[in-house]
Amino acid sequence: MKKDKKIIYPYIPNSVPEVKEAMLKEVGAASIEEFYADIPDSIRLKRKLNLPAPLLSEHSLVRHVEKLLAKNTATHEKLNFLGAGCYQHHVPAVCDEINSRSEFLTAYAGEPYEDHGRFQALFEYESMMGELLEMDVVNVPTYDGFQAAASALRMANRITGRGKVLLASPISVDKYSKFNDYLKPHITINKVPFLPKRGEKDLKSLASMLSNEIAAVYFENPSYLGMIETQGEEIASLAHQSGALVVVSVDPISLGVLNPPARYGADIVCGDLQTLGIHMLYGGGQGGFIATQDEPRFVMEYPSRLFGVAATIEEGEYGFGDVAYERTSFAKREEGKEWVGTAAALWGITAGVYLALMGPAGMVELGEGIMQRTRYAMGQIASLPDVYLPFETAYHFQEFVVNFDQTEKTVKEINQALLKHDIFGGYDLSEDFPELGQSALFCVTEVHTKQDIDHLVSALKEVLA
Amino acid sequence: MIKTIQKKPSLRRFHQARWDEPIIFELSQPGQRGVLPPQVEEEIQQEVGDVAAKLPASIRRKQPPHLPEMSQIHVLRHFTRLSQENLGVDLNIDVGQGTCTMKYSPKVNDQLARSPKLTELHPLQDESTVQGILEIMYRLEEFLKEISGMDRFTLQPGAGSAAIYTNVAMIRAYHTQRGENEQRNEVITTIFSHPSNAACAKTAGYKIITLYPDENGYPDLEALKVAVTERTAALLITNPEDTGIFNPNIAEFVRVVHDAGGLCVYDQANANGILGITRAREAGFDFCHFNLHKTFSTPHGCGGPASGASGVTAELAPFLPVPTVEFDGQRYYLDYNRPLSIGKIRPFYGVAQNILKAYAWIMSLGADGLSEVAKIAVLNNNYLMKKVLEIQGASAPYAEGKRRIEQVRYSWEQLARDTGIHSEEIGYRVADFGAHYWTSHHPFIVPEPMTLEPTESYSKADLDEYAAILKHIAAEAYTDPEVVHTAPHRSTVHRIQQESFDDPDSWAITWRAYQKKI
Repeated sequence: MKKDKKIIYPYIPNSVPEVKEAMLKEVGAASIEEFYADIPDSIRLKRKLNLPAPLLSEHSLVRHVEKLLAKNTATHEKLNFLGAGCYQHHVPAVCDEINSRSEFLTAYAGEPYEDHGRFQALFEYESMMGELLEMDVVNVPTYDGFQAAASALRMANRITGRGKVLLASPISVDKYSKFNDYLKPHITINKVPFLPKRGEKDLKSLASMLSNEIAAVYFENPSYLGMIETQGEEIASLAHQSGALVVVSVDPISLGVLNPPARYGADIVCGDLQTLGIHMLYGGGQGGFIATQDEPRFVMEYPSRLFGVAATIEEGEYGFGDVAYERTSFAKREEGKEWVGTAAALWGITAGVYLALMGPAGMVELGEGIMQRTRYAMGQIASLPDVYLPFETAYHFQEFVVNFDQTEKTVKEINQALLKHDIFGGYDLSEDFPELGQSALFCVTEVHTKQDIDHLVSALKEVLA
Repeated sequence: MIKTIQKKPSLRRFHQARWDEPIIFELSQPGQRGVLPPQVEEEIQQEVGDVAAKLPASIRRKQPPHLPEMSQIHVLRHFTRLSQENLGVDLNIDVGQGTCTMKYSPKVNDQLARSPKLTELHPLQDESTVQGILEIMYRLEEFLKEISGMDRFTLQPGAGSAAIYTNVAMIRAYHTQRGENEQRNEVITTIFSHPSNAACAKTAGYKIITLYPDENGYPDLEALKVAVTERTAALLITNPEDTGIFNPNIAEFVRVVHDAGGLCVYDQANANGILGITRAREAGFDFCHFNLHKTFSTPHGCGGPASGASGVTAELAPFLPVPTVEFDGQRYYLDYNRPLSIGKIRPFYGVAQNILKAYAWIMSLGADGLSEVAKIAVLNNNYLMKKVLEIQGASAPYAEGKRRIEQVRYSWEQLARDTGIHSEEIGYRVADFGAHYWTSHHPFIVPEPMTLEPTESYSKADLDEYAAILKHIAAEAYTDPEVVHTAPHRSTVHRIQQESFDDPDSWAITWRAYQKKI
């Protein structure tokens, strides 16, 4: 391309000089500079931006970005046992097909008349999540599971007027960091000690920490360390006796086999959607949900949009719209509940597609299979010399802790060695949970075959020898 | 010989798809399956038995969830039909959602982001296996630093409002470190800054002071001087504001707040028209934020996943969320060793697919291309403004005779007075012509508002078509208002009975709630 030739940008139709001239003439401006008359000279950038030379052709752009991406080695090229908040599950093709539809991908804030489709799809997402959770209210997704849990606790604070929350299960240090920031203005956080040997809550210490100052008791099921909380009813009963709400964060993919938290007394249920048909995307696949029963004292405290169904003036039509819009920051700025904005709607639609594809039988079979594979992997790994599963007797879903203290190797060393066997080993817990020593959190899902698990075990054996 | 085809009518005879699609539960056929999970091998089953059956009764689900039972093609068809009942940038002249920068999202970037080298990447993988995505994050941060003049960025926030909140959290950490957090409990913003500036600061515990514009629609410097005190923690201000007016005194605003010990945050959600023209740095700001899904073209996904980027000066950089992405000359790595950090805003590091798309978009344009984006966006806006102001009943309050930057908040006050037709009804009628229309954020300071933002993505012919739709509807309002009152006529559905959405006895947020209430 000659230097003096004007570039016509494919993404900028009016970069054609003749069109530009005609438009300037039409608006009576001598140059585009005229439009910037309000920007004083003192704050103008007087030079060109210092950016790399552009890759003007689509082909050269593809070459460049693919070269960068080639420096990644992803889970489809290795055998992956990492979880810890982001999970490798099978993503059905139809999930990708629907969330790639340009009508959904490129739409935004349309009204129900030109964008009826997204309202119905998100209402159906709320409804299918409602069935999974056995709750009557589910929000249009928020950013991620951290935000969902943090907002759920602030909802509990507003509902009860109380300023303390109790964390009654081990949670990730990152989520704790989020809580620490997000709850700061109104809420203090206390952790209930848990008995590390069996991973069960000490109900007595929970009871002693409850008072009329506690807004909510929060726990996760399964917990961050993979254990299934079997004392949900007891915790909920204690919490309710002191007037506190029960907030439970749950992995929705476990709910084919595990009781929905509403059944053991949860008032607010929250979690991350990523497991429901969404790729890991290096953490870009997270989406958050919040669910409650259909009582105004709960509904009016949601920060998110809530899409509802209603009649139209035409018999036989479903119409959709915003329920209780006046509670949002869109309507009331700082007088709204927290804030609402663009978050993760496309992942809500995707999770809806996933639940419709799986159906009741799929969710049950998937959950049962994951529990079997998890137990099998635990048994195989526990049989290795010097390896110890600190919570082996607890019930597990998908994740479990493996301790390597007796092997005289650090998790870091073990994972580096496993990498040479083309395996991404479990997440190293030694910094986040020093009380667990040299431990790693392994994750097994429906994507793992017996051969995969056996391969991990034999590689571990070799690495630890 | 072929018959001459007569020219089509000047406005499209559009009709939105109307599939009369049932609610998904009504499509359920007992026994049908949509997808089958992998079978557990016989050996595993024999070894461990039915693990779930051994769960205590209190935790074992008794009845499978009441999800629909559907074969795969029926799930696909249902959602494909719903997608057809939706407009996106790819289908419509999407200039009607002012403030949201509905530009074209290049398909090649979507395609690149669908690479399994990204989709199948676990965020906790060993750093040696994620050098490509870390390099993309690092390089995008470098670009944003140059575009804004700020010293560091975090790409962690999941959207623009999350980036605003991130900035507010850093303000709180800064004043706390200086022992002034108790004293500095007020945040100042303007009514034409995005509502999330006020809402996020309130969420973080601040009292909000909202400034109203002067009679010409410019942010009021005198009002700011009155509002700023030793209690001021920060100013959060959008510029250009949602009216499309650039605040010429912006540097003076910053100076007044700095003199009182407050910090200044530049909301750059409306930066599309000023790329390469003016930056947060030159205006003296301590923070800024960009919406990658607005200015930098990543698709809006019906409302996310989006991506926000918060920028800071070197002085504020210690407060950034962890981790930051660093480069030691040989390898890229994540740095958690930042003792003053506000901690985590979201799990992991950000919306990686959108980070990649924004990176690719900037790489495809370069400095000249970004400048062209800004200039054409502003040209398009002023061109559309001229067309709209020729329509009977329309006006653009404030800054009379002046040009606007990226968007304009118009008013149909005259039209409403003359015809009784309100802005929202015009929107319902716009849907009949295959386009989207939005009023504005609340409160409606500009009466009967409409906010148009044409970006650089639309051609002169596109803008002419959108203006022609508005002109046609305005003419209907004067001559045949009933057709507007009763709109939409060619939509998927007819006018929705809104009353039920505010009544606890009749709102229904899920199908199960609906069934209990009918």
